[in-house]
Amino acid sequence: MNSGSYTQVHPLVVRIAHWVNALAILIMVLSGWTIYNASPLFGFTFPYEVTLGGWLAGALQWHFAAMWVLAINGLVYVCYGILSGHFRRKLLPVTPGAVLHDVGQALRGKLAHDDLSLYNAAQRAAYLGAIVLAVMLILTGLVIWKPVQFYAIGQFMGDYEGARYLHFFAMVLLVLFVVVHVVMVALVPRTFPSMITGRVRSPGGNEMRRPT
Amino acid sequence: MRGKYGMQNSLGDFSRPEIEQLERRLFLRRGLSLGALTLLSGCNVTDAESVQRVLTAMSTWNDRAQAWLFDPNRLAPEFPESAITKPFPFNAFYGKNEIPVVDANSYKLEVSGLVREKKTWTLPELYALPQTAQITRLICVEGWSAIGKWSGVRFSEFLQRIGADLTAKYIGFKCADKYYTSIDMPTALHPQTQLTLRFADQVLPAEYGFPMKLRMPTKLGFKNPKHIVAMFVTNENPGGYWEDQGYNWYSGS
Repeated sequence: MNSGSYTQVHPLVVRIAHWVNALAILIMVLSGWTIYNASPLFGFTFPYEVTLGGWLAGALQWHFAAMWVLAINGLVYVCYGILSGHFRRKLLPVTPGAVLHDVGQALRGKLAHDDLSLYNAAQRAAYLGAIVLAVMLILTGLVIWKPVQFYAIGQFMGDYEGARYLHFFAMVLLVLFVVVHVVMVALVPRTFPSMITGRVRSPGGNEMRRPT
Repeated sequence: MRGKYGMQNSLGDFSRPEIEQLERRLFLRRGLSLGALTLLSGCNVTDAESVQRVLTAMSTWNDRAQAWLFDPNRLAPEFPESAITKPFPFNAFYGKNEIPVVDANSYKLEVSGLVREKKTWTLPELYALPQTAQITRLICVEGWSAIGKWSGVRFSEFLQRIGADLTAKYIGFKCADKYYTSIDMPTALHPQTQLTLRFADQVLPAEYGFPMKLRMPTKLGFKNPKHIVAMFVTNENPGGYWEDQGYNWYSGS
C-alpha cells in the first residue's frame, strides 16, 4: 500500500453529533409517523411496518424521549459550529448563483469531489437547509407539545393547528434531504468512512486544499 | 377526550394483579412493534424490557419537565363564539351506545381524602355555586383539536370551599363509566380549571360528561374526566386509565 497522506475532514465533535443526530432523527420520524396516523392531516396514513412505537402511547414515549437527544445534541453541534468557526469555514459563503451552478453540475454527474474537506455550494446549501429545518421542527414541535406555555412562539406559525402542518412539511423536507444525502453518499462512497474515522486519503499525496 | 382508534382497549373485569400483568405484556408488545424491532434486531426480550424501562423513565422525567414549564398564571387562549366547533366531536374509550346513564336526582359527588369537609354534593347544590364560562380549545392526544364553550364552578374555589389541603400533590377522579384519572395540584388551582356543569349554554349533555366533568384547557383531552362521581385529594399519585397503559401522566398543554 502506498502511504498516501491523510486529510482531516471531519472533527470528532461533528462526527459524534452527526451519528447521534442520525439516530435521533430516525426515531423522531418513525415515531412521528405513528403519531400522525392517530389523526392524519391528509388522506393517507403511513404503513404500520415503517412506523415505530406500535401504538400511539408507545410512539409518544419514543418521540418525547428522543426529542431530548435531538435537542441537546443539536445545541452542542450548533454551539460548536459557531464558536469554533466550523460553520463559517465549511458552510459559508453560499451564494444562489454558486448553488445553482453546482446543482447543475451534480445533475450532469460532473461535480468534483476531489477534496472532501471542502463542501461545494450545493452541499453547503443543503447542510444549512437541514439545520434550518431541524430548528423549525423543534420550534413547531414545542408549540404542538405546549401550545399554552409556548403560545408566543405559536403566534408566528398559526398557533397549534398551523404548527401541526408546518411540523409535517418540515419533516417531509428533512426526509427528502436525508434521501438525497444518502444517495450522494452511495454515489461517492469514500465519503462514508470519513464520517466515522474523520479522515480521508488524499488522492495526490500532499495535495493542497483547493476550492471545487 | 379519550381515544378514537389506536386507543380502544377494554380490560373487562380482571382482578388488579391480572390487569397489571396483562397491561405489561400488551404494553411491551405494542411499544416494540416491527419498527422498533428493526432497530433492535438481534436483541432479546430482556433488551426490549430495558428499552421500555428507559422509555418509562423518560416519560416520568417529562412529567417533571412539564411541571417545571407550567406557569400557573398563564392562561390558555379564549375564543369568540363564532370559533366554536360544530358539531363538537364525541370521544371516549367506548362507543356512543355505551355512554353511562346517570340519574340527576340520585346523583351524588363524593369528596374524600385530604379535605376538611368530606361531604357528598347533590346536583342542585353544585348548580347553586358561582359559575364561570370559557370558550377554549380542547386538544386530543391524537392531534386533533376542537373549540367549545364550557361553564361551571372554578375548581380552585371549590377546593377552597371543601377545605382541601392545597399543599397536597394530587387530586384523583373516579367516573361513572369506570374511567379514572388524576392531576397535579398546580393545574387544579389554575384559574381556567373548571368543574363543568354546562356545555354550549345547555345542561352538560351525556356525550360530553353529564352531569359533571373537569375542564382544563392546560391539559390534553384525556386528562379531562367526564361523568365524575368521586374525587379525592392525596399525596400518592392515583394514575389513570390511559396513563397506566403508557400515556404520559402530566400531559399538559
